[in-house]
Amino acid sequence: MRLVILEDYDLASEWAAKYIRNRIIQFKPSADRYFTLGLPTGSTPFGCYKKLIEFHKNGDLSFKYVKTFNMDEYVGLPRAHPESYHSYMWNNFFKHIDIDPANASILDGNITDLEAECEAFEKKITQAGGIDLFVGGIGPDGHIAFNEPGSSLVSRTRVKTLAKDTIVANARFFGNDLSKVPTMALTVGVGTVMDAREVMILITGAHKAFALYKAIEEGVNHMWTVSAFQQHPRTIFVCDEDATLELRVKTVKYFKGLMHVHNRLVDPVLSIKDQ
Amino acid sequence: WKMPTNKSVSKAPITQFVNCRILRDHKLQREDLWVREGRILDPEKLFFDEEGYADQRVDCEGLIIAPGFIDVQINGGYGIDFSQATSNVRGGVALVAKKILEHGVTSFLPTLVTSPPNIYHKVLSEVKVHSGGVEGAGVLGKEAVRKDVDTSSYVRLVLISGHDIQYCIPYNCCHLEGPFISLEKKGAHPEQYLRSFQSGGMLDLIETYGTLDNVAMVTLAPELPNSEKVVRELAQRGITVSLGHSVANLSQAEEAVQNGASFITHLFNAMLPFHHRDPGIVGLLTSDQVPQDRTVFYGMIADGIHTNSAALRIAHRAHPTGLVLVTDAITAMGLPPGRHTLGQQVIEIQGLHAYVAGTKTLSGSIATMDMCVRHFKQASGCSVEQALEAASLHPAQLLGITRCKGTLDYGADADLVLLDDAINVRATYIAGQEVWRK
Repeated sequence: MRLVILEDYDLASEWAAKYIRNRIIQFKPSADRYFTLGLPTGSTPFGCYKKLIEFHKNGDLSFKYVKTFNMDEYVGLPRAHPESYHSYMWNNFFKHIDIDPANASILDGNITDLEAECEAFEKKITQAGGIDLFVGGIGPDGHIAFNEPGSSLVSRTRVKTLAKDTIVANARFFGNDLSKVPTMALTVGVGTVMDAREVMILITGAHKAFALYKAIEEGVNHMWTVSAFQQHPRTIFVCDEDATLELRVKTVKYFKGLMHVHNRLVDPVLSIKDQ
Repeated sequence: WKMPTNKSVSKAPITQFVNCRILRDHKLQREDLWVREGRILDPEKLFFDEEGYADQRVDCEGLIIAPGFIDVQINGGYGIDFSQATSNVRGGVALVAKKILEHGVTSFLPTLVTSPPNIYHKVLSEVKVHSGGVEGAGVLGKEAVRKDVDTSSYVRLVLISGHDIQYCIPYNCCHLEGPFISLEKKGAHPEQYLRSFQSGGMLDLIETYGTLDNVAMVTLAPELPNSEKVVRELAQRGITVSLGHSVANLSQAEEAVQNGASFITHLFNAMLPFHHRDPGIVGLLTSDQVPQDRTVFYGMIADGIHTNSAALRIAHRAHPTGLVLVTDAITAMGLPPGRHTLGQQVIEIQGLHAYVAGTKTLSGSIATMDMCVRHFKQASGCSVEQALEAASLHPAQLLGITRCKGTLDYGADADLVLLDDAINVRATYIAGQEVWRK
C-alpha cells in the first residue's frame, strides 16, 4: 500500500483531490471511454469534494466523461431528506460540476425489491467496464462503506443492518436522536470495492486512528473490513497526522520518508486546459 | 456552456439562473434557480428522476432574485383610476399592470375606494382574474389562475389535490376599500357614498357591489352594526376581510378578527390612534385574543409620508411577521405634479405628497413598491430578506396563495424580481419569462 500522510485535514483533502484530478486527466476520458469513479459520503471526503469543485470551476477538470458509482445509501429514507446520500451528493458535488446525470449512479434505498436493486447495481458497474478508482472512507469500527464488522471480505452489493457504532456515529446528522437514524442500508460489498483497479481510502481525525491501526498494522480480519485492502494490488491511504496517532512510530517514519515519491503523483498537477 | 434537456418527463425548455443569490427559507442563498413551464423546478429531482439539465442559462451577474412583489392596495396609476367606470376598464387595469412591472410588482389587487353602486357594478363585471405575462402583472385571485401555456386563452381548471398543485381555481380579484366605513375616518373617501349594514349585512353588500365574484378583499369598519355577520360570511367565502377607516376599539377589532378578519388597512392611517388603555385596531398587533393558528397582517404605506419612521419601527418590532408593504398608489402615481381625479374627487400632487385638493388630507401615495421596500428597509433597519418578504411572502400569506406566489419554493410560479444590493429593480420575470429589464 501507499500511506500518504499530510499535516492536516485540508492538506489531505487537497492531496486526494489532486490525485483524483490527475488520474482522470491522464486517462483522457472520452465518449467511447469513460473514467469510472467510486465515491463515498460523510464528513471525511467533504473537503476533497470542495477541492474537486474548485478545480472544475477553474476550468482545469471536467466530469463530462466520468461515470460515478456511490458506495451506499440508507434504506427507507426519503430521497429528498437532507441526510440521504442522494442529497449529500447533489448538494456537495453534482450540482456544482458538469457530470451527465445519466452517469451518476446511487443505490435506491426506497425501491420495493432491494435485492434486485443491488444486483442491478453490480451489473451496471460491470457494464461500465469496472471501476477505475474507488474512493472510500473508514468508519470508527474499521468498516468500508457499510460493511460492518463481520461482513464477508468477498461480499457483493447487498442490504446491511447497521451496527450500533455506526448508528451512534451518524446520530449527529439526525439531531442526535438515535431513533431517527435509519437502521439499514444498501452498500457495495468489500469484494465489489476490491474489484476496482485502484482504491483510495481517506482517513482523517484522531477518532479514526485506532481503526487505521487495525486496518494496516494488524492482520486481515472481517471485524475490521478495511483490512481487506492489504490484499489489493493498488491501494492508497491518505491521512492527516491525527489519524496516525495509533500507528507505530516506525510505520509513520517510513511512509513519511516516502513523501517525495508520493508527491510525484500530484506534482505536476494536470489540467484539461493543456490538452 | 449549454447542455441539452433530457426530455423524459417534459419537452418544455429548462432555464437555469446562475450567478445569483435567491431568497429562500428567509435567507439570501447562493443557489441557482431553475424554471420550467413557468414554475420553479426542483433541480435535484430533475437530476435524479429525469436525468435532465438546463437548456439555457441566464447569468444574473451577482444580482438578488426575490419573488415578485405583490401589491394588495393600489388604486390606479399613470392616469388610470380603478374607481372610475371608463369605457375601457380592462385596458386601464392592463396599462397599470404593465407599468408596475418596472417596480418589481408581478401580482396585484386593483383597489376601489368608496364609490356609488353603479361604479362597482360596472368595474367588477369587467375586471377579471388573470395571470401575468409580457402584457403585465397578474391580477390576483384567492388562488392564482394557471394560464394555459400552449394557448393564449385563460382556462378555468380544476384543483388537483396532492403536494404538487398542478392547477388552481380562479377566484376573486379586487380589493374593495369601502363604502362600509366610518364617517369620522373617511379620509379621502367621498362622504355621500358611505354606507352602513342597514338591511342586515350581506344584502347591503350585494346591493352595493353587485357581485362578490371578482372580490378578493373588503375593507370595512367593524364597529358598524351588523358587521359581525358580514365578516363571518365574507371570511367563509374566502374573501379577506380587512379592518380600516374605522373608530373601532380593541374589543371590537378583536371580535372582528375572531369572526375572520385578517388584515388591517394602512395601519395608523384612518383609525383611532394608539392609546395605552385602549390601543384600538393598532392593538391587534400584540393582541392575545387572536386565534392561535392565525396571523393578523397589517398594511404599511412605507413612503416616508404616511407613517413616521418611529411609528413604522414600533409596528415592525411589535409584529414583524405581519407587516405587508402596500403602495396605496393613486391615479397620479407615475404622473407629473398637478391635479388629477381619484374616485369621485380631485386630488393635487405636491412633490412626493398627494392631497385632497384644497386640503391637507393625504389622498393616497404616489410611491412605487420598490421605493417602499427601500424606504422600509432603511427606516426600520431590517435585513434585506425581511424587507423583500414584506412585499412578497407576507402578502401571499395574507391571501393564502403561498403555494403559487410570494416564494421561490419548488412548484411556485416563477414570478421573479432581480435586484441589486440597493434594492433597485433590474429585471422582472413572470412565469419564467422576462417581462421587463432596466
